[in-house]
Amino acid sequence: MKPLQPISSKLRISLGILFFVVFFAGWSFATFGGFVSRTFLADPITMLKDGWWLLSERHFLGDIGITVWRVVGGFVLASLIAVPVGIAMGAYKPIEALLEPFVSFARYLPASAFVPLLILWAGIGEMQKLLVIFIGAVFQIILMVAVYVANTRRDLVEAAYTLGASDTGIVRRVLLPASAPDIAETLRLVLGWAWTYVIVAELIGASSGIGYMIINSQALMATGQIIFGIIVIGVIGLISDLAFKLANRFLFAWRFA
Amino acid sequence: MSAPELEIKGVSRVFPARRGGAPIEALAPTDLILEKNDFVTILGPSGCGKSTLLRIVAGLDTPTTGSVLLEGKSIKGPGADRGMVFQSYTLFPWLTIRENVGFGLRERGMKASDIKDVVDLYLDRVGLTAFADHWPKQLSGGMQQRTAIARALANDPKILLLDEPFGALDNQTRGLMQELLLGIWERERKTVIFVTHDIEEAVFMASRVVTMSARPGRISSVTPVDFPHPRDYHLKADPEFAKIRLKLTEEIRAEVVAAVSRG
Repeated sequence: MKPLQPISSKLRISLGILFFVVFFAGWSFATFGGFVSRTFLADPITMLKDGWWLLSERHFLGDIGITVWRVVGGFVLASLIAVPVGIAMGAYKPIEALLEPFVSFARYLPASAFVPLLILWAGIGEMQKLLVIFIGAVFQIILMVAVYVANTRRDLVEAAYTLGASDTGIVRRVLLPASAPDIAETLRLVLGWAWTYVIVAELIGASSGIGYMIINSQALMATGQIIFGIIVIGVIGLISDLAFKLANRFLFAWRFA
Repeated sequence: MSAPELEIKGVSRVFPARRGGAPIEALAPTDLILEKNDFVTILGPSGCGKSTLLRIVAGLDTPTTGSVLLEGKSIKGPGADRGMVFQSYTLFPWLTIRENVGFGLRERGMKASDIKDVVDLYLDRVGLTAFADHWPKQLSGGMQQRTAIARALANDPKILLLDEPFGALDNQTRGLMQELLLGIWERERKTVIFVTHDIEEAVFMASRVVTMSARPGRISSVTPVDFPHPRDYHLKADPEFAKIRLKLTEEIRAEVVAAVSRG
């Protein structure tokens, strides 16, 4: 193999699928072959049966829906606040000087550690779930957006000035479009993290959602159900990731030209 | 007598000391006057402050002393009355070629239909009509710089500032670009300051060649170049042209030799 040598898209897709096959084969070998006790790890068939049972008998689709809603809700809330704040920080140095130290500090506060506090403040309703995701996402987005905006090529800014752009014109018509693809990429990344936060929020003090199902199944030693829940999260993550990538390709065609 | 188009009066630039080092005098107090429709090239080795001087005229840098007057009015910051073309490719990558050329007009709030007329005209002047809807990334370096020239001219600036605009291009493309720019200038008669370190380019383009020397940057000579217009590449083989080029070569060479031996 030569380093950095590109491969055909056919080969790329086959190789990608191959590893899934290898993964499931290894899993089947370990479970059907009797190398791992069923108490600790269900085999793939049991997992699928459990999954079907969850979907058909336990309205698991409703749980999936509520979890997706929480993720999207908390994530959108965080984005609505974080993106404008990040842009302001990146564009204006006094705002950066004011907020950057605090946001850098807040970024390291683990969202999961807020769960007990948020239950105290917001109860165990939807607001608490949204807030966990919000806290987990908002500071990360602010910082990354600020860095991207601040790193806009200086010569493009200067060129815009010599073309008569005003200060607000620089922000709106140079800093924003220049960093928009990176901002979208940041959102894609943070959406992935939001899935971690929502499950943590649902493991404690929830009465619905994928995380709730998982913690319930633990009490029943139903590892098939747990694994099915985890895989569902993975699949949804993959789909949303793909949707984000396609949207970026469409919105920022100039990057991919 | 009317006021000169551009007057550079005692402009200097000292970059403040960093980490205990001495302050750097990039530009000693400099005077230069440009009449309307003047084409001045500023020639000098790297580090002679020629780009600093141009950036000050553009308003992208602030002089430590002195002032720049455009039509008698002191300039404050950058503005659409001074168009600039940079050495680096500075087209906005998220805008098409057409939108790039129309950037300044749109920023000024011109009507879309009027913008289209102006943009079409200048795309035609630089020969890029067929590429109007391409992204900058899809164009060669020479085409990108042609777009940058069209973008600066579409704004109808009083003065055009070019900072080694063809510095990154190969020799053949560079020669064609020189003729293209000169052709536009012969037609529109703009006031131009063109910074370069290429002696042949400086003589070929200019009405006057201003040479600068380094440490601190200052003007060391002004050479009038009186060849008639229109000029084309044959001029570069003219004995008179060769004479001016040799004179400037010797001047710049002495300067560089001195700089090298100074260390």
